[in-house]
Amino acid sequence: MQPFEYQQPSDAAGAVATVAGTEGAVFLGGGTNLVDLMKLGVETPDLLVDVTRLPMDGIQRTGEGGLRIGAGVRNSDLAVDPRVRAEYPVLSQALLAGASGQLRNMATVGGNLLQRTRCLYFQDVTKPCNKRRPGSGCPARTGDHRNLAILGGSEHCIATHPSDMAVALAALGAIVHVQGATGARTVGLDELYRLPGDEPDRDTTLARGDLITAVELPPLGFARSSAYRKVRDRASYAFAVTSVAAALDVAGGQVRDVRLAIGAVAPVPWRARRAEQALLGRPATADAFRAAVDAELAAAAPLRHNAFKVPLVSNVVTAVLSQLAGSTR
Amino acid sequence: MTALSTPQVPHATRVDGPDKVTGRARYAFEHPADGAVYVWPVQSVIAKGEIRNVDASAALALPGVLAVLTPDNAPRLSADDPELALLQSRAVAYRGQFVAAVVAASLETAREAADLVRVDCVESSHDVTLTPDHPGLYKPAKVNPNFPTDTEAGDPDGAFAAAPVRVDRTYRTPGEHNNPMEPHASVARWDGDHLTVFDATQGPSRAATIIAGVFGLPADQVRVIAEHVGGGFGAKGTPRPNVILAAMAARAVGRPVKCALSRQHMFAVVGHRAPSIQRVRLGAEEDGRITAIAHDVIGQTSTIKEFAEQTAVATRHMYAAPNRRTTHRMVRLDVPTPAWMRAPGECPGMFALESAMDELAIACGADPVEVRIRNEPAVEPETGKPFSSRNLVACLREGAAWFGWAGRDPSPGTRRDGPWLTGTGVAASTYPARAMASQAQASVDTAGQYQVSIAAVDIGTGARTALLAIAADALGVPAGHVTVRIGDSALPPAMIAGGSMGNASWSWAVTDACRELREQIRARDGAIPPDGLSARSATGDEIGALPDHARYSFGAQFAEVRVDTDTGEVRVPRLLGVFAAGRIVVPAMARSQLIGGMTMGLSMALHEESMIDPEFGDYPNHDLASYHIAANADVGDIDARWIDEDEPELGPAGAKGIGEVGIVGTAAAIANAVYHATGIRVRELPVRLDKLLR
Repeated sequence: MQPFEYQQPSDAAGAVATVAGTEGAVFLGGGTNLVDLMKLGVETPDLLVDVTRLPMDGIQRTGEGGLRIGAGVRNSDLAVDPRVRAEYPVLSQALLAGASGQLRNMATVGGNLLQRTRCLYFQDVTKPCNKRRPGSGCPARTGDHRNLAILGGSEHCIATHPSDMAVALAALGAIVHVQGATGARTVGLDELYRLPGDEPDRDTTLARGDLITAVELPPLGFARSSAYRKVRDRASYAFAVTSVAAALDVAGGQVRDVRLAIGAVAPVPWRARRAEQALLGRPATADAFRAAVDAELAAAAPLRHNAFKVPLVSNVVTAVLSQLAGSTR
Repeated sequence: MTALSTPQVPHATRVDGPDKVTGRARYAFEHPADGAVYVWPVQSVIAKGEIRNVDASAALALPGVLAVLTPDNAPRLSADDPELALLQSRAVAYRGQFVAAVVAASLETAREAADLVRVDCVESSHDVTLTPDHPGLYKPAKVNPNFPTDTEAGDPDGAFAAAPVRVDRTYRTPGEHNNPMEPHASVARWDGDHLTVFDATQGPSRAATIIAGVFGLPADQVRVIAEHVGGGFGAKGTPRPNVILAAMAARAVGRPVKCALSRQHMFAVVGHRAPSIQRVRLGAEEDGRITAIAHDVIGQTSTIKEFAEQTAVATRHMYAAPNRRTTHRMVRLDVPTPAWMRAPGECPGMFALESAMDELAIACGADPVEVRIRNEPAVEPETGKPFSSRNLVACLREGAAWFGWAGRDPSPGTRRDGPWLTGTGVAASTYPARAMASQAQASVDTAGQYQVSIAAVDIGTGARTALLAIAADALGVPAGHVTVRIGDSALPPAMIAGGSMGNASWSWAVTDACRELREQIRARDGAIPPDGLSARSATGDEIGALPDHARYSFGAQFAEVRVDTDTGEVRVPRLLGVFAAGRIVVPAMARSQLIGGMTMGLSMALHEESMIDPEFGDYPNHDLASYHIAANADVGDIDARWIDEDEPELGPAGAKGIGEVGIVGTAAAIANAVYHATGIRVRELPVRLDKLLR
C-alpha cells in the first residue's frame, strides 16, 4: 500500500475539477472495493477525493413519476426505501442479495456501479491481467474461470461485473446522471458500461473526473411485478454465479412487456434484449421463456469450467419468469 | 448400558467471556512492546527455482525502513524444519515462500517497502498437480504421526473378486486451508540471549522448545505466551514462519518486532490439508456383511518436507472384515508443505469410506444405518485389541431415533417440494482418544484461594473454563475460590491444544495436582502454613502404563438436504450428530465444539476448496471472499448430542476429546443425503451446484 492524500470537498463541481485536473486522483465512495484494491496494490491512487459528504444522498420522485436516487445513497438505505420496495422490488431484492449488512451500510450507489471485477487474476498484481496491465495477457482463459463470462467477453478479457444492484438497474432501464469537467449529462446504464474488446482496462465510458451524481429509474408500472434471483455457491455473502433480474407484464396469458437482465455472465450487467424481443406478444409459458433465454444464450462462448452457466442461466430465467407469470396471471 | 443425555442448558459461562466481548482479552499481536517495529515478508512469485539476487536498495531508501532481511544477511538458524529455515538458502520450493522481509517503524511502511524489494530468480519448471498415475508416486516410510504406511490381512483382492456385492469407487478431496479467524501473529523481544514471544499458538510448551531449537538456545531461554488465541484448527499446532520471522527481525534490529500475517500469506506458509485421491473397494455378502475392504490413498507433500497424511487409518478400525488392506502413496510436488488440519487423516479418509458404505448399502438394498451395525467389530479388526469403550452402534441407533430415520424410503430422487428435491443421509464419525504427558501445579494460600497452573492454551474451545470446572471439582471447593493460569510456557509444561488431546491431557494433570494438594491439606487438618501449600503433578508414568487397548471416540451424523433442481444449490436444513466421547466435562462448551466441527464438516462438504493454479503454482483463491467457508445462512437446525459413556482408562476425567470427531463424517453424511435427494453421487468434494445441474 502506498501513501496517498485525502480530500473531502463540499461541492460536486470542485470534486470533479480536482479529479479531472490531478494525475492519480480518484473518487472515494464507501470504499468497500477501492480500499481493498489499494491494499492489494491493484489501485495506487495518489489522491482520494471523498464524495460521500456531497449532497447526493437523497431519493426523490421525478416529474415523470420515477425515482431519482443520489449516488451517495447507501445500499442499505436504498434497499429499504418504501417506494423502491413497492414499485421496484427487483432493486430492493438485488441490493439485499449483495455483500453483507456491514458492507451495504458503507457501499454507495455510485461506488457499487463502478466496482471492479473480482477475477482472481485481476486482484493479484504478481500475475498478468489485461484489465490491470494492458497487454500482459489473460491467464483466466486456461486457468480459473469458473465464475467468469460466457457472454460479451473477448480474447483479452472474460471478467464479470460483480454487482447485483447494477443487474436490477439494467433491467429497469436506469439512467445515470454524470457530472463531468465540461458539464452534466445523462447516459443509459447500457451506455455506461462497455465490453472489453481490445481495451479491457476500460470498464466504462466515463472520462477521468466524470462523477456519477444520481441514478434515475424511469416509471415502469409493471416493475411492481419484478424479482431478483441470485444463485451463489453459498447461501449468503458470496458473489453471484448467475443472477437474474426480471419484470414481467402479462395480459390475457400473453407477454405484454418484459425486462430481463442477467448478472455474473458478462463483463457488464447483461440486458437480455434478444430474449425480451422474442417474448413480446408470446404466451407467458415456461416453454416460451426457455426458448427466449436460449435464443439469448445462442451467443454464449463458454470455456471448460464455466460451461455449466449456460444451462444454469436457462433454468433460472425460466424459473423467475414463470414465477412472475404465475403471480400476475 | 449407555443412555442418551439431553444437552444441558448452557449454564457454565466462559470465564474469559467478559474479557473477550469487552476487548480486554489480548491476542498475540495486541500485546504492547516498548519501541516495537514491524516486519512484513516478501514472497516468492515463482513456484520453483533459485534466487539470483535480492535488490533492497529502493526499500532501504524509504524513510522508516530499518532493515531488509535476505538470504544473504539473515541471521543463521539451526532449524530442523525446512519450513522454519527462513531465508537460509536461495532455493525456492513453492510460490509464496518467504524470500525476504522488511523491518520498518510502521506496519504500513514495512508493507510498502516489501513491494519495492526486487527479487531476481532463475525459474525452473514446476509441477503442482496431483494425479493418480503421477510418475513421482512413492511409498513413505510411515504416515502421520507414526502409523504404518500400509497394512494388510487375509486376501483382500481375492475376497473382493469373489464377493457377491462389490463397490469399487474413487473419491477425491481437494486441498483445504484451516483459516482460523485470527491470522498468525507474533510479538518478539530479546533480552540478551533470552527470547520472549507472544504468539498465536496452540501449544506454548512445544512452541518454546521448537523456537529454542531454531535459534540454538536452551529451551529455558525462550518463553512463549499465548493468553488468548483466535482458533487454530491445527494451523497453530507448531510454530509457523511468523514467529521465526519476528524473532529473527528483532535480533537483527535490536528492538521488539511485531509480525502479523495477512490472510493471503496464510495460504502459503501456515499449512493446509493436502488433496487426496482415494480408491475404496468393499466386497460384501448379500446382507451387507463386509468380506473385503481396501482403501488405497494417494496424497501429496512438498519437496522440502514430508507430511504424509494418515488418510486411510480410520479404515483400520471402523468395520469388521476378514480380508483388508490400507495403503498410502505420496507425490512430492512444488507446493507448500501440507500440515495438520482438524482431524488430519480421519476427515478426508472417512469422506471416502463413509460414502462407500452408503454405496454398499444401496448395492445391497439395505438400510445404511443397519449396514454399519452389521459390520460392527468385537475387537479392533487389524490388531485384535479390545476397545476401551466403543459405542458407535449406540450413536447410530440413538441418532436414528432422534432424527426420525425409521421408515425412510431409500429410493433416490423422488421427494419433491416445488423446485427442491429432498433427501437424508447418514455417516459415522471417529477419532482417536489419547492423552499426552503433561504437568500441572496446584497451590493454596492462607486465605483459601487456590491457583492451578499449566501451560495449556484456550484457542477458543473453552479450555480455560473446563479446567476451572475440573480443578474446582477435584479440589472440592467452589469455582470462585480457584484461579486457573494457562497460556504461558513458563508454567508447567503441557500437551498442545491438538489431536483432541488437550483437555484429556490437561485435565489429567490438573486433577492429579489438585488431588495431591487436597491430600496435603487434609494431612494438616486444613491448616495452611503461612507460605501456603503446593503440589505438582506429572502424568507421563500413568499414561505410559495405560493398558494396550484401542481407544477412539465415535459418532453418527444425520443430514437432511434440499437441492434446487433449477440451480443445483444445496441447503442443509437439518444436521444431527450423536457422539460417544467419554465424559463430557462442560456441556455448553462441548456442544460448541461439536457443532463447530460439524459446521466445518458442512463447509468441507459444500464449499471449501483450495484451488491450485497449474500455471502459477499457487492457490489463487487465497482470501475469504473466494475461499468459501460456510456462512451462518448455510447452517440450519444443527444439533449435537452425546451418550453417557464411561471411559474407564483415559485419566480421572474419562474424557476422550471432542475437538475433531465432530468434523469427521459430516461431508459423507451430506453427500449421501444429496444422492438420496437427487440420485447424483458426488465423489469429489466440494458438492457444488455445477456438479448437480442436469
